[in-house]
Amino acid sequence: MQLVIEAIISLLLIAGGVFVFIGSLGMAHLRDFYMRLHGPTKATTLGIGCMLIASMVYFWSMEGKPDIQEMLITLFLFITAPVSAHLLAKTGLHMQLPHTDATEGKPFELRDEEVGDKPVPHPDKGHG
Amino acid sequence: MITPRSWLPTPVLSILLLIVWLLLARSYAFGQFVLGGALAILIPLLTYRFWDSKPRIKKPFKLLRYGLRVLGDIVTANFEVAYLISNPWRTLKPHFIEYPLMLEERFTITLLASTISLTPGTVSANLRMDGKSLLIHALNVDDEDALIEQIRERYERPLKEIYEC
Repeated sequence: MQLVIEAIISLLLIAGGVFVFIGSLGMAHLRDFYMRLHGPTKATTLGIGCMLIASMVYFWSMEGKPDIQEMLITLFLFITAPVSAHLLAKTGLHMQLPHTDATEGKPFELRDEEVGDKPVPHPDKGHG
Repeated sequence: MITPRSWLPTPVLSILLLIVWLLLARSYAFGQFVLGGALAILIPLLTYRFWDSKPRIKKPFKLLRYGLRVLGDIVTANFEVAYLISNPWRTLKPHFIEYPLMLEERFTITLLASTISLTPGTVSANLRMDGKSLLIHALNVDDEDALIEQIRERYERPLKEIYEC
């Protein structure tokens, strides 16, 4: 029984580590700001979730009673990650950060000619 | 005159805060009840002016099912994104998509935008000023219309059923 629990904990820890690593890798090597956002919002969220569940299982097996604290941390993470990603993306659009040429679809937030119509135009525009 | 309404504007939120406080403190001592209770009264008092009115949940069971579905999708989303990032031979086709919103309440739009950010390859980037469309950035898209349809069927329609109709 002990072995099974240990195996589950190790698996969760390894999976968590791999996900967090891939998320950071994505942040480091993807080509533009908007693509880089994807790594930390998803891979890292699940990675940390895995680690927290591992921690919960560990303390459950050690102390004999379930501990809900880690679940709360995971929940907070799931609530805050999309909000911060949204704000970062919004800021990126507002600053008119460049995106790779492969990107399809041109939102009006990033079109040069409409900069004047936006509420607060950024002085040094330019992208692409 | 001090009415319960003026010092306890959101009773449900206060109780929730107290419960979360006790769980985080991992103790049910009297002192924690006093501290948690004080916070549970003070925090809503300071913040309730910023809150949008929250629409009523019409179908709680559907909400539960929606939550489970989103959790499942978060897991698949992670595998997908991890694969996309770690495969060096794959050429990504990032895409800005304008998603026409069907929802009207700001609270449900927030839920939808958060769901989109957490699920496969998409981050919601900007809610347009008129509240009618949502700008989404997707990491790798082959068919734009299929993605819009998928979001519509999988997330937006259930949310509309739960809260608005």
